[in-house]
Amino acid sequence: MGAPAMSNSMTIDGKHVPFSDGQTIMDAALAAGVYIPRLCHNPQFEPHGSCKLCVVSVNGRNMTACTMPAAADMVVTSNTPELNRDRKALVQMLFVEGNHICPACEASGNCQLQAAAYYLEMQSPHYTHFYQPRAVDASHPDIFLDLNRCILCELCVRASREVDGKDVFGISGRGIGTHLVVNAASGRLGDTNFAATDQAAQVCPTGAILIKRQGYKIPIGQRTFDHHNISEVQMKPLEPEHE
Amino acid sequence: MTFELETAAHPENLKRIVIEPVTRVEGHGKVTLLLDADNRVHQARFHIVEFRGFEKFVQGRPFWEVPVLVQRLCGICPVSHNLAACKAMDMIIGAAVPVAADKLRRLMHMGQILQSHALHFFHLSAPDLLFGFDAAAGKRNIAGLAAAYPDIARQGVALRRYGQEVIRLTSGKRVHGTGVIPGGMNKNLSCDERDYLLKEIDQIIVWSHAAVELIKTIYCERPDFHDSFGSYRSSFMSLVRADGALDLYHGGLRARDERGQTIFDHVDYTHYWDYIHEEVKSWSYMKFPFIRVHGREQGWYRVGPLARINNCDFIPTQRAEAERRIFKEFGGGSATQATLAYHWARMIEMLHAAEAIQELLHDPDLQSDDLVSSGARQLHGVGVIEAPRGTLIHHYRINEDEQIVRANLIVATTHNNQAMNEAVRQVALQYLDGQQITEGLLNHIEVAIRAFDPCLSCATHALGKMPLEVELLDASGTLLQRLIKDSDGRHRT
Repeated sequence: MGAPAMSNSMTIDGKHVPFSDGQTIMDAALAAGVYIPRLCHNPQFEPHGSCKLCVVSVNGRNMTACTMPAAADMVVTSNTPELNRDRKALVQMLFVEGNHICPACEASGNCQLQAAAYYLEMQSPHYTHFYQPRAVDASHPDIFLDLNRCILCELCVRASREVDGKDVFGISGRGIGTHLVVNAASGRLGDTNFAATDQAAQVCPTGAILIKRQGYKIPIGQRTFDHHNISEVQMKPLEPEHE
Repeated sequence: MTFELETAAHPENLKRIVIEPVTRVEGHGKVTLLLDADNRVHQARFHIVEFRGFEKFVQGRPFWEVPVLVQRLCGICPVSHNLAACKAMDMIIGAAVPVAADKLRRLMHMGQILQSHALHFFHLSAPDLLFGFDAAAGKRNIAGLAAAYPDIARQGVALRRYGQEVIRLTSGKRVHGTGVIPGGMNKNLSCDERDYLLKEIDQIIVWSHAAVELIKTIYCERPDFHDSFGSYRSSFMSLVRADGALDLYHGGLRARDERGQTIFDHVDYTHYWDYIHEEVKSWSYMKFPFIRVHGREQGWYRVGPLARINNCDFIPTQRAEAERRIFKEFGGGSATQATLAYHWARMIEMLHAAEAIQELLHDPDLQSDDLVSSGARQLHGVGVIEAPRGTLIHHYRINEDEQIVRANLIVATTHNNQAMNEAVRQVALQYLDGQQITEGLLNHIEVAIRAFDPCLSCATHALGKMPLEVELLDASGTLLQRLIKDSDGRHRT
């Protein structure tokens, strides 16, 4: 089969963007080299639409670009002061809801939340920190699970289910009580068949799922975002974004 | 000894003078004095009133994260905490750190010693030493130093900057880098980085030597005054190399008493608890360590540059060793006890650091890629290092899941707690007893504290921003006199 014909087109920030049937606005933007900020979306997995960073204006209405199918003659705006202001506020809320202590976090420099904050010119968390007590789970011999840093993107949930075929992770609770859970009677990661080689162990955009004993092995200057901002890194589709 | 001044027998009718904050020691410190109606000193205490809690909140964290986390204890000597913690983690992972990584760590540590000592001497203490302890407060700061002695001020800034560059190129950042990892290092020093540092090192050594000459000249101009200011006799403790040499990165613990007699020597620091205990006192958040065999009352001691230069048998770099001999000769061949001799000893160490950096930069091992090792896991680790301010002990215990379950940190300022209290009491007796309070007299107390280079003298005094408020109350609590120094350095009553 050949590639689907690009018979349709829309505009994003005034740029002519072709798309094929079944593509979302995000898919089309990525293919056309137009960056739309995102945290919960990874082109390797089904769209989720939860982080809301990719919200764009579609013919005047706000939509999540990762879930909205592209349609002919759509007029999409993304890189506007208003939308970027909202995105920054969303990132600030993630920072105060969790416990993100960048100075001591081994994901610093490789963290998409941190990189998104830099990209959106966040200079402070702005909002009052929740300082919610969150659990850590060190029971697995090769993985350290730190829920202080979980932003509920569900990438690990999707990777475990769709790629690894294990269903190790899930989401429980509602509202502010929503949290990541481990699919074991004990609730402990050490009691699952999770492995450090699983895709779910590689996809966390922050430092919530860590391979043990690997922290800080990459020197400052060689980390993912030391020399490239998040738009440059994320515009390389189908490549690992978090190593 | 003025130990009896720690607690007045009848405090109820005494006037209370408070210097608060003395400055920021990772928080706050204050001095309190209790005087009678004739302004005679009955009690003098140096309190640390800030609770940090690092030992508590590292609990539950993965062990490999802790060296980076705990270096946030300090912005001046984070490298020391980073290295001490990583030495403990080396032990936990059973690593024999490769030779190249050991040398890279030493290079980083020498950069740290250089920048920290330069900061303390030029930015914090030189204004006191060059202008006089009771000189006009507006002049007694780094800006005043730059105006009156521009070359000295410039050299101070350049020395510190060079030390920071050594740290940056070994750790990744000037402050709070991540180069040191359990078992070794995550990077070597490239040839370009080495050549960049080699360009300036000759000049750095010359300036470091000039700093030794400067403090030696200042000290020897008024030897009796400098010898007696806030002085007393005490034990000293430091690490020394197996052959007795000064070694700031690794060695065994050596302690000598006030007569120079050995209390213990070449002690394996992983058993420090057999030799040192800590006491808690209700009036300070800082613990009071003591040498076990001497007990709580008599077991206190000093650490830091003076302890190290007194304790070592020699310094393994040429110029610094020559200066150590002069220093020792000045002290009549025995340990120098003077509080202000800390400054002299500190500059000898800075010269040693500069020389050691030069030696290391010529070592091809720094370009090796053999940087990490590991071995048999164990559940506890102790790391000890000579930080700029003195012996630094990090002790951790982990569980089977590799989380910290217990941490004990004894930092240099803690070792010197009783010694700083003693210095405050001596100065209070020597200069404040029976006198009317003035800002200059209060600065005498700070000069004594500052000689130890506790973290407290860092940011505030440097730019003359240390806010001070001193109140003199009579026995009934009525305010008699108040002197306030604002953060802009101005005084008001």
